[in-house]
Amino acid sequence: MTTFILDGALHTASDQCPETTVLEYLRETLHRTGTKEGCASGDCGACTVVLAEETEGNKLRYRSINACITLLGTIHGKQLLTIENLACGGNLHICQQAMIDEHGSQCGFCTPGIVMSLFAHSKSGADQGRNALLHSLSGNLCRCTGYKPILSAGSLINMHSGGDHFDSLELEVLKELRAIQPFDSTEDADGREFKICTDIAEVATALERSPQARLVAGSTDYSLEITQGLAEPELLISVGRVKEMNTCGAVSGGLRIGAAATLNEATPLLLQHWPSLEELLLRFGSPQIRNQATIGGNVANASPVGDTPPVLLALGASVELRKGVATRTLPIREFFHSYKKTALESGEFIVSIFIPFNHNDATVRAYKVTKRFEDDISAVCMVAHWSKVNNRFADVRIAFGGMAEIPSRGKACESVLEGSSFDLQTIDKAALALSEDFSPIDDLRASATYRKRLASNLLRRAFLAETCSDSELRVTEYG
Amino acid sequence: MVEPAKITARTSKPQTGEPLPHESAKLHVTGEALYTDDIGTPASALHAYVGLSQATHARIKNLNLDAVRNAPGVVCVLTASDIPGSSDIGPVYPGDPLLASDTVEFRGQILFAVAAVSNKAARRAARLAEIEYEMLPAVLDSQTGHELESYVRPMHCQRRGDANAAIAEAPMKLEGAFQSGGQEQMYLEGQVSLAIPDEDGKMLVYSSTQHPSEGQKLVAEVLNIPLSHVTVQVRRMGGAFGGKETNANQWACLAALLANKTSRPVRLKLSRAEDFILTGKRHPFLSKYKVGFSPSGEILGLEIDLFGDCGMSPDLSDAIVDRAMFHIDNCYYLASVTVRGYRVKTNKVSNTAFRGFGGPQGILAIENVIEEIASATGLDPLVVRQRNFYRPSDNRDTTHYGQRIEQHIIQPLVARLIINSEYHKRKNEIHQFNKTSAVLKRGIAITPVKFGISFTVTHLNQAGALLHVYTDGSVQLNHGGTEMGQGLYTKVVQIVATTLQVDVGDISCTATRTDKVPNTSPTAASSGSDLNGMAAKQAAETLKHRLSEFAAKHFAVDTSAVQFASGHIHIGGHTLTFAELARLAYVNRVSLSAVGYYRTPKIHYDRSLARGRPFYYFAYGAAVSEVIVDTLTGEYKVHRVDICHDVGESLNPALDLGQIEGGFIQGMGWVTNEELVWDDEGRLLTDGPANYKIPGVGDTPVEFNVELLPDSPNIEATIFHSKAVGEPPLMLGISVWAALRHAIASLEDYRVSPHLPVPATPEKVLLSCDGLRNE
Repeated sequence: MTTFILDGALHTASDQCPETTVLEYLRETLHRTGTKEGCASGDCGACTVVLAEETEGNKLRYRSINACITLLGTIHGKQLLTIENLACGGNLHICQQAMIDEHGSQCGFCTPGIVMSLFAHSKSGADQGRNALLHSLSGNLCRCTGYKPILSAGSLINMHSGGDHFDSLELEVLKELRAIQPFDSTEDADGREFKICTDIAEVATALERSPQARLVAGSTDYSLEITQGLAEPELLISVGRVKEMNTCGAVSGGLRIGAAATLNEATPLLLQHWPSLEELLLRFGSPQIRNQATIGGNVANASPVGDTPPVLLALGASVELRKGVATRTLPIREFFHSYKKTALESGEFIVSIFIPFNHNDATVRAYKVTKRFEDDISAVCMVAHWSKVNNRFADVRIAFGGMAEIPSRGKACESVLEGSSFDLQTIDKAALALSEDFSPIDDLRASATYRKRLASNLLRRAFLAETCSDSELRVTEYG
Repeated sequence: MVEPAKITARTSKPQTGEPLPHESAKLHVTGEALYTDDIGTPASALHAYVGLSQATHARIKNLNLDAVRNAPGVVCVLTASDIPGSSDIGPVYPGDPLLASDTVEFRGQILFAVAAVSNKAARRAARLAEIEYEMLPAVLDSQTGHELESYVRPMHCQRRGDANAAIAEAPMKLEGAFQSGGQEQMYLEGQVSLAIPDEDGKMLVYSSTQHPSEGQKLVAEVLNIPLSHVTVQVRRMGGAFGGKETNANQWACLAALLANKTSRPVRLKLSRAEDFILTGKRHPFLSKYKVGFSPSGEILGLEIDLFGDCGMSPDLSDAIVDRAMFHIDNCYYLASVTVRGYRVKTNKVSNTAFRGFGGPQGILAIENVIEEIASATGLDPLVVRQRNFYRPSDNRDTTHYGQRIEQHIIQPLVARLIINSEYHKRKNEIHQFNKTSAVLKRGIAITPVKFGISFTVTHLNQAGALLHVYTDGSVQLNHGGTEMGQGLYTKVVQIVATTLQVDVGDISCTATRTDKVPNTSPTAASSGSDLNGMAAKQAAETLKHRLSEFAAKHFAVDTSAVQFASGHIHIGGHTLTFAELARLAYVNRVSLSAVGYYRTPKIHYDRSLARGRPFYYFAYGAAVSEVIVDTLTGEYKVHRVDICHDVGESLNPALDLGQIEGGFIQGMGWVTNEELVWDDEGRLLTDGPANYKIPGVGDTPVEFNVELLPDSPNIEATIFHSKAVGEPPLMLGISVWAALRHAIASLEDYRVSPHLPVPATPEKVLLSCDGLRNE
C-alpha cells in the first residue's frame, strides 16, 4: 500500500490503481483542491508540489515535482508537501507573504504552483542569485503577471535567512519516514499492478515474465500516455529505487550513470567533467521534470528530439543492457535503430550508461535551439566533440537531435573534419557535408530549411567559440 | 439605544489610488481560492465530455454511438436531436451549433456529449464513436477564402478623402502585405462548467465565464425555459483574456442539458488539448496596403485591406474586424485613407476575443507601414511616428471615423519616455556595437499605442451593482463584472470604500451572479472598472444619501451637516461609527440595500456612414524595447524595456502596473514565440503548452522599467478620472517586433527593410537575416 507523510502524519493511499497520479489523488479522492491542474502534461507547473525525502547528513531534501505526471505509487516512503501545508499556525510562509507583498498573483491559478517552486527554491540551499531563481521558476507558467512581481518576491525570499518551521520538524519527519515499510506491489480490483522493485534481479525477472510491462522511474514521459492517451496499464514496474540503477559515480576510465538516476542527480557529476554541458542540462525540461526524469528514460524513449542522446553520442558513451541474467554492453550509436525503435530486445532494459573521460585537450560544445529558452523541446540540438592535434581536427564526433528520425552523428561532416586543418574553411566544408548526413523534416517546431541552417550554423558557432567569448556569440549572456 | 457594533471603525486612508493587494491575494497563495473545478459536488455528480469530429469539413453520413453508450460508467449521451430548445449558440449571429448534426466545419467540432461516473470514463467513452464522413473541400487560409468570396459577415469600409488620388500624387509610395498570426489565450485554468439542477426545471450553473448573462441566456434557450429559471455564477476565473467571453457558453449549455436530462449535477472540464482544439483564438490577420508619403515620412494617403481569418462562424468577428479598422490609425493622423475589413470564413475553429480584440492587429498593420516608410526614407522610425502623430493644430486631430482627439497625450508621453529611456544615447551605442559585432546584433525601437475605450457595440456600455449594508456595518457588494485576475473586485471595493468612507476590509465582494445583477455585459473591452465601478459608486451614493437624510432627520440637523469620514459619520455634534448608523437606520426602518446603474455617456456610432464617436476616450502608452539577436540561429533576448503608460488617475497603481507588465509580456508573446501551427488537413498541431510556447520567466527583460504617466487625469468624468488598463498595454509588445527588425536591418547597414512576419520566432528572424544577406 502506498504510504507517505501528509499533513505531518502517515497517510496510506486508498487508491490502488496503477495509473493514478498524485494530482488526481489529491483533487478527486482527498478533495484537496489547492493544487491546480493546468495542463496535465507537466508543462505549466500549476500542479507543483514538493517531495521531501532523506538525504545524506540526517537531512531532508526538498524537490519540486509536477503532481499531474507523478504516479501515486512512486511517492511511497516520502513526505508530500502541498500548498495547504505551507502556512503554520495562522502565519503565512515567507514564500506566500512575499508573493502578496510584491503583488505576485493576479488570477491566482498558477500561484500555488509558483509558491511551491519558490518554497523548493528556498530549501535548495544552492546559489540564490537571479539565475538560480530563473531556473527554479522555469517550469512554472504565469499568463497574467509577466513574472516581474514573482521575481521580486523571489528576491525577497533570497534575502530571507531565517529558515522556517519545516527546519524544526526535520528530525521528526526523518524518523517517521524511516519507519515506513517498503512495499513491493499494489493491485487494483481488476488485478492491474504497480510494482516497486528495489533489487535489479527483481526487475529483470519481472520484465522477462511480463515483457509488455512498462518500466517507470520519473514517468515524466510515460504519464502522458495516461493523462492524454488514457492508457490503462496492466503492470508498471517502478525502478527508481533500484540501487544499481539509481546511483552514479566515477569508475575506471569514465562515469557510470545509473539508468534511473534523475537528471538533477546526474548533472553535478557530469558538469564536473564536462562543464560546457551546463546550459544544455539546465535547459532540459524544467526543474520539476529534471527532479524526476532519468537519462535512462530519455535514452530508452529514443525520441529524435531528446537532449541527452546527442550528448552521449558525442561523448562516445555506451549502454549496459540486461535481460534476465544476461547483460551486454552496446555503443550508444548502435542503440537507436529507427523512429522510437531501439536495440532493446523484448524483456531487456537499460541498467546504466558509461561515458568515457575524454582526452584532456578535447573540446565539447553543446547547443540547443528552441522557440523559448526555458522548458522547450529542441528544434535542433547539437553536441560537438573534437580535439586539436597538430592544428588539425581529431577525435571528431558531431551529434544531433532533431535532424533525423533518431538521434545521430553526422558521419560525412565528421569525416570532412577528421584530420583536416583546424580552420573555418574546413568547418564550412563540413557544414556543407551535413546535407549528405541529414534530410530533416518540417514539423511544428521548425521547418526542414531552418533545421539545416541551424545544423550548419551551430557547427560554425562551435568553431567560433574556440576564439570568441560567449558574450560575442551567445544572446543568453544578455539575460 | 444603539447596540454596540461588532465591527469597529478603523482610521482609513482614502481608498482609491492606494496600491492595495488583490482582494484574493491571501486565498491565492494559500490555495484556498475556489475556482469552478474546486467546487465540491455530491457523490451523485456526473462528469461530462465531448465527442470530436476527425474531419475538417465534411458531411456526417453516419454517427454510431452504440459503443459510447455501452462504455463502462456511461449514464447519458446527448446529440443535437436531444436539445429541447435552440440548438445554435451563436452569440450575435447564428452559426455556432451547440452540437453538429449534418455537417462539421472544423476539425474537432463537437458531435455529441457524454456523461459518466468519472472524468476518465467520460473521456474514454467519448473516443469510441464510429463516424462516417463525406469529405468536403476545406479552406484553411484567409487568402483562399477571400478568393472564394467566403465570408462570415459582409465587408465593411471606413474612408476619409480620396486615398487613391492622394497616393497617386504622393512623391513616394510603397505597397506590400503583412501577416500577423493567431494567439491562444492559454488561460491557466481551462474551460469548465458545473450545472446543478434545481426543482421545477430550474438550473444553477457555475461557469468559468466572462459573460454570465450570455451563459444564462443561452442555457435558457437550449433548455427552452425562461431566463428567470437559470442562474449563472462565477466567483473568479483562472485567467480568461477574452477566451471566456463567448467560448465558455458551450460547456455551460452542455453541462446544463446533461444535468437536465439526468437530474444530476454535471461537471464538464476540457482537457488542455481539447481546450486548444475547440476554443477560438486571436484572429490571424493579413493586411495589404498601398501608401503614399512625403520624403519627410508624412503619410499622405493609405489604402489598406484587412483580412481577418474568422474561422467557421461569425462569433464576435464583426466587432473584432471593426476594432482592427478603428485602430488602423493608431496614433497617426491619416489625411486620406480607405480601410476595408474582410471577415473571411475558413474551416478552422471560430476565432474569438483575445485581449485587444482586433486592435493589436490593426495597430501592428500600421506600425509595419511606418517601419517600411522609415526604411524607404532613411529616417529613424521614431521620427516617422512623431511626424504623423495626431496634434491639436493643423486640423490633424480627427480620426478617420470622425472622432476628435480631445486629450493629446501621446506626444508628451513619448517625449518623456525618450528622455527616461535614454533612447538616443542607446541607439548610438547600438550602432557602434553592431559595427564591430559579427554574430550578435542589437536593436531598439519605440512604439506608441492609442486604444479606444468603450464597446463599439454601443448598448453593451452599461452596468449594474447591488449593495447591502448589514446591521453590524459590514457591506456586501455585488456587480455585473467578473474577476479574471485583473483586480476588478479590488478596485470596485476601493471605490465603494472611498464613497462610504469605510475600510476595504468591511466590504465583501460576492461572486458575480445573474440573480443579483441582471442583464450584464461581458467583462471585456477593458471596461470592467469603468462600468461596474461607476455603477457601484452610484449604489454607494444612493445609500449614503439615504443614510444622510435619515441621520439629519433623526438628529434634527441639516443634511449638509452630515459627513462621512474615515469610518465615522459626523452629524452635527454627534459622531457615530458606520456600524452604529447602520444599526440605527435599521431599527428606524430605513432600507440598507441599494442598486446602482451606469451607462457610458457621449458615445454614438453610425455604422452605415462609418462616422461617430464610438469611444468615450482613448488610453495611451509607449514602450522602448531593446533586443539582441544571434544572426547565426535567429535566437534573441529582450534585455531592456521601458514603458510609460497612461491610466489617468490610477485607482490602484499596483494593480495597474500588474496589468501593464503582464499585458506587455503577453503582447511580446504574440509577436515573438507564440506560434500556432496547423497541418495541411486543418489539424491543430500546437495543442498544448508543450509545443505552444507562451513567455516563460526567463523571457522577462532583465531591466523592465514601467511608469504610470503622472499627473494626467482623464478629462472625461470616468470613475475618479481613471482610465481603463486591461487591453492597451498588450500592444506595447509590438516594440519588441520593431526592435528585432532594427537589429536585423543592421546586417545591411539599415538600407534594406527586413521582412519580419509575426510571430517573429527565431526561425522567422533567421529567415529575415538570410533574406537581407542574400540581397
